[in-house]
Amino acid sequence: MWREEAPPAMDELRGILESHERDPGELLQILIKAQHAYHYIPDEAVALIADHLRVTRAHVRGLVGFYSFLSDTYLGEYVVYLSDNITDRMQGSTGLATYLCNRLNVTLGQTRQDGRVSVHFTSCTGMCDQGPAGLVNGVAVTRLTRLRMDLIAELINARQPLDAWPRELFLVEDNFRRSDVMFRRAFDPGAALKAAMLRGGDETLKEIQHEESVDPSSGHARRQGADETLKELYRSDLRGRGGAGFKAAIKWETCRDISALERYVVCNADEGEPGTFKDRVLLTTYTDVVFEGMTICGYVIGASRGILYIRQEYWYLKSHLEAVLARRREADLLGRNILGSGFAFDIDIHWGAGAYIAGMETALIESIEGRRAKPRKRWPLPVVAGLNRRPTVVNNVETFAAAANIALKGGAWFAGHGTSHSAGTKLFCVSGDCERPGIYEYPYGVSVREVLRDCGGLDAQAVQISGPSGVTISRLEFDRNLAFEDLSTVGTCMIFGPQRDMFEVVRNFAHFFRHESCGLCTPCRVGTSLLAALVEKVAAGKGSPMDVAEVQRISQLLKTTAHCGLGQTAPNHLIDSLLKFRGDWDKRMMTTEFVPAFDLDAALHEARQLTGRDDALAHL
Amino acid sequence: MSPDSKKTFRLDGREIPFREGQTVFDAAMAAGVYIPHLCHNPDFEPHSSCRLCTVIVNGRPFASCTQPAVAGQDVRSDTPELNEMRRDLTDMLLVEGNHYCPACEKSGSCRLQATAYALGLQDSHFPQLFPHRDVDASHPDIILDRDRCILCGLCVRISRSVDKKNVFTMTGRGIATTIVVDSPSGLLADSKVSRDDEAVQHCPVGALMMKGEAFKVPIGQRPYDRAPINEDSVARFRAREAALHG
Ligand SMILES: Cc1cc2nc3c(=O)[nH]c(=O)nc-3n(C[C@H](O)[C@H](O)[C@H](O)COP(=O)(O)O)c2cc1C
Ligand code: SF4
Ligand code: SF4
Ligand code: FES
Repeated sequence: MWREEAPPAMDELRGILESHERDPGELLQILIKAQHAYHYIPDEAVALIADHLRVTRAHVRGLVGFYSFLSDTYLGEYVVYLSDNITDRMQGSTGLATYLCNRLNVTLGQTRQDGRVSVHFTSCTGMCDQGPAGLVNGVAVTRLTRLRMDLIAELINARQPLDAWPRELFLVEDNFRRSDVMFRRAFDPGAALKAAMLRGGDETLKEIQHEESVDPSSGHARRQGADETLKELYRSDLRGRGGAGFKAAIKWETCRDISALERYVVCNADEGEPGTFKDRVLLTTYTDVVFEGMTICGYVIGASRGILYIRQEYWYLKSHLEAVLARRREADLLGRNILGSGFAFDIDIHWGAGAYIAGMETALIESIEGRRAKPRKRWPLPVVAGLNRRPTVVNNVETFAAAANIALKGGAWFAGHGTSHSAGTKLFCVSGDCERPGIYEYPYGVSVREVLRDCGGLDAQAVQISGPSGVTISRLEFDRNLAFEDLSTVGTCMIFGPQRDMFEVVRNFAHFFRHESCGLCTPCRVGTSLLAALVEKVAAGKGSPMDVAEVQRISQLLKTTAHCGLGQTAPNHLIDSLLKFRGDWDKRMMTTEFVPAFDLDAALHEARQLTGRDDALAHL
Repeated sequence: MSPDSKKTFRLDGREIPFREGQTVFDAAMAAGVYIPHLCHNPDFEPHSSCRLCTVIVNGRPFASCTQPAVAGQDVRSDTPELNEMRRDLTDMLLVEGNHYCPACEKSGSCRLQATAYALGLQDSHFPQLFPHRDVDASHPDIILDRDRCILCGLCVRISRSVDKKNVFTMTGRGIATTIVVDSPSGLLADSKVSRDDEAVQHCPVGALMMKGEAFKVPIGQRPYDRAPINEDSVARFRAREAALHG
């Protein structure tokens, strides 16, 4: 274990604190910067931060203990996190982790004696199409191989600053393999926003085009465009792309209609569902479309503030995102007087710090407010009382991108694609055992088989749809359709070839949920732990039919009683696997009814030694 | 009750009257129907974390302590399936910590133990998780034994909203969630907590206890030795309702 020699100087932290307001909502953002500066949150920092924000030290410690990327122990000058999704494992991550640890002479999870480096696992980093992947001091590294691990170890041992590392280590590709009507060509920044504002007549068109003639106090041009754009959104029948599939127009209208001094637009870029990476690609290449969708939402609902909440795994996108925002301000697409219409709206970026639950919308709001990302009570809904208890629209990145396209091309255009219950096109994140992993845009209703054919994965035995919280389908179901009315999905297809042991898949997922449960409610907090332990028992060859019954019983309990979607969906993979891939369980099971998790006879070993007995009666 | 309070919903076939703004839980208890619960105390804001109070409303499960009562809805609570789930949840809370009821000073006034009895939980079915959690005995009057904490969050809520001291918070997540104390050392002795804090009085288990008072009431004469928790809870709830609304 690395021991702290002397407390670090706090000058850098003082600078960080000065750049933030004395607003408790800034806490998480400050902690992230402090973690980057010191590679942990020392006690001295806890005290300074608590004083600055006038919150308790316990509150600060509460956040440090909650978020994966914050730590109260020193992690070293170089902190390496390796992605632990099943796809990374299939690409050899486990062996590579051992290899890197050997090269660096560190124990996994422990800081090297000289304080230089530590290596850890983390949940999926969203690079499944170019794994095994990881993060070095917060920056994504992809396509890891032994050769790359050699290089990384050398650079760390030579104390090379990250800026001096070869760029190719950090290369992240879009892998956009198929585009349909939405992401076919480049987007002209401002075009959709203008279209939204201009809806409802030529008069207003002139006013906005000539900028000077709009009377901001009348707000007439603005409101008409907003109402017409909302109508287009209704016509489009756009449903949320973040999982639940709620109609975007209803959400926007409800939020707009509640009287409040301020309301907010929040873009959910937490993208924590393992196997999902479409939002990363959108934020890389279609950045303007996403920001424009948020701005249009602000315009429609009458908000002046938007927040992009983005997972820290995508930290490498920071300067890019900030540059696009700056460019949009420059072009009057954000700011006090957007396109001369008098409409004011701006977007800030809030970073997450490693928590899958932070993607759940009320937990996300808590996180933006600088607290532990715990889901709120079910009522009131965020559209009624969300961020700062004011009406808030929370939508997924892809939902905003679709809304921008709808503003530009109209609702009928959008509804003309897809199926009757699932309008438009959808991005699918394809990874695992196939020739061409990456992003595919299809109209809703495409069959799994078609996706498999296009990506070169037809020999699959299973596909995990929508991530660990979704559905496991076997080859008997490949003709099912990806749409809300059949296989509803955030757009994730993890492909498992015939050589894969499907039990290893549940083993990975069960640990994921155990690690990511927020801990608020009993069934999820304890249940995910008990489930992971049962899976390990089976993995160790000690499983019996009673354990399978137990898995089913606890699964049912979680589905019925857990507070939020995380706990309610955490057992899906187990239930599906037992139904469809029972063979991979059975081959490790003992045949008896019940086998205890521990060896009774071995447990008596110590007693035998102490009593000096080793006769037949001293054995079980 | 005021004349406009004629609204009712059905609970296990029985009509339950409610006032606007009441939850399913509050209305049921006021009407004399016990719904098992641990994290809720009607004097403080609900939290919906223990999930024992789960009921089926119009076919879908909800925590009744936060679910608004709606006229005409159909609620199921006292069903074999739900009671079995409540037993499992109680069992989960028992195996998650280190509980040693027969030797516990709180025995007989512990809501976890009493709820287990009320639900007919005879023994633990799930394997013990044997967590390692710190005991804080630094304070002259108060002891915090995290081994017995069920993470109901009552001390957190009460210290914040009633005592205005914010002494307790949670840290960690998932199965590693624990209570932290606000003080430079993290110890109770260095915190602002004092023996008359409400937060210390309402811990449902033996996690936050006053030193030196454990056996003032002998075992056998403690609240849940005298009457089962369902009777006690309903009686307290009705008294409270009568005091508040006549
Ligand atoms: C555990 C959990 C994690 C979630 N993670 C995300 C996420 O990373 N991104 C997202 O857009 N929605 C996520 N959601 C869904 C959100 O709660 C919410 O429904 C969504 O952001 C709404 O946007 P939409 O209507 O555009 O889909 C998650 C939900 C749960 C229960
Ligand atoms: S279901 Fe899990 S993640 Fe959701 S509130 Fe409960 S403990 Fe937290
Ligand atoms: S210490 Fe007591 S009151 Fe506080 S969370 Fe634990 S069980 Fe609840
Ligand atoms: S009493 Fe309702 S969840 Fe605990």
